Amino acid sequence: MVAKRIIPCLDVKDGRTVKGVRFTGLTDVGDAVELGRFYALNGADELVYLDISASGEERTTFTRLVERIADGINIPFTVGGGIATPDDAARLLDAGADKITVNSAAIRTPELIDHIARRYGSQFIVVAIDARRNEQGTWYAVTHGGTRATDRELLAWATEAEERGAGEILFTSMDHDGTRGGYPCATYARLSERLHIPVIASGGAGNTDDIAEVFTIGGADAALAASIFHYNDTTIASLKRQLHARGIEVRI
Amino acid sequence: MIAIIDYKTGNLRSVENALRRLGAEFRVTADEHTIRLADRVLLPGVGSAGEAMENLRRAGLPQIIRDLRRPVLGICIGMQVMCRHSEEDDTECLGLFDARVRRFHPSPGVKVPHMGWNRIGNLETRLFENIPGGSYVYFVHSYYPALCPDTIATARHGELFSAALKYENFYGTQFHPEKSGDTGEQILKNFLEL
Repeated sequence: MVAKRIIPCLDVKDGRTVKGVRFTGLTDVGDAVELGRFYALNGADELVYLDISASGEERTTFTRLVERIADGINIPFTVGGGIATPDDAARLLDAGADKITVNSAAIRTPELIDHIARRYGSQFIVVAIDARRNEQGTWYAVTHGGTRATDRELLAWATEAEERGAGEILFTSMDHDGTRGGYPCATYARLSERLHIPVIASGGAGNTDDIAEVFTIGGADAALAASIFHYNDTTIASLKRQLHARGIEVRI
Repeated sequence: MIAIIDYKTGNLRSVENALRRLGAEFRVTADEHTIRLADRVLLPGVGSAGEAMENLRRAGLPQIIRDLRRPVLGICIGMQVMCRHSEEDDTECLGLFDARVRRFHPSPGVKVPHMGWNRIGNLETRLFENIPGGSYVYFVHSYYPALCPDTIATARHGELFSAALKYENFYGTQFHPEKSGDTGEQILKNFLEL
């Protein structure tokens, strides 16, 4: 059986990781390669690096960083942030990324998924969907950090993304993200039943119980998390030991 | 010197990086002479079996690979094209391993592609020296080599399949040792020391 994956997410700006990372034993917590290696040693199954820079110049810095990550890390890693064209995808593939994640651009131009999947394989493209529940309880995708509504219903959009060639779906509930109050597990369960490709849960984890539930009740294949690892309240190794103790298959 | 065969099936960078981390000397090449003279040959690859075989043929490589007598390691698609036949694009392959490559069928709990960390067992040969049975390695694939007499490691995704194969000096892994953390590094190291 495939192990449930734990994936720390690192935000990168100007080639440096941001967010209040406080670790002992790390000489440079802003160094994306060193932090990634630290997580890998600690039991991370994959890493996600999100470029939160805005300008083109910073994109070049990020590409160079991706090359360094590829040189220095021996587990798979995904990169994302501002990928809008097949050329962006090619640039990051050449730099050594194992996967890329596309979000707003895929909603704007769904054919982008077909292009990338046909050219580099489905395993290379993760479609990220941010969604929010409306008053009727239906989930709709949103873009630009949740500030723009779309007419894309979550399940329909995820299914379309799969049909177009997405290799994985990364779903974040904007209603739960940052609350540390747990995931919308019933929604993950519906997604997981509907899709044939892996589902990655993101946003909302406050503790080990939340992550355990998104695996057992939500049927998610992986959990992406940022702050609970960055602030060192939970280490990946201890999280995995606790998940294992609950009978969840994880790589230890 | 190690030759990484470049037959235009996407990115070879992660294999190069893994060898670099091991301090090994290598050359990325499609040159017949270089491949014949190499101490070790790696055949990586992503993409589809049909395209990979087509590219090998176009580069005039099938017979050169079959004639190699030093250790050869195929990774993922590189291993699948060393099998007899692949259901993907109904492809006749190199026929070095006595295995047929089949497609996974999705079912509850069995997603396709088979992506992520899974355990390998029934480990045989020195390729797996110092690798405990049940170790996790990283897989990304939708097609798998069936069990056969050349199987030297198995994994389960719905059904049991060949995670690694060996015939004479030819080795193949369905998983990506170059992405499998310390376990993968040890397997690559073992291959270099065969």
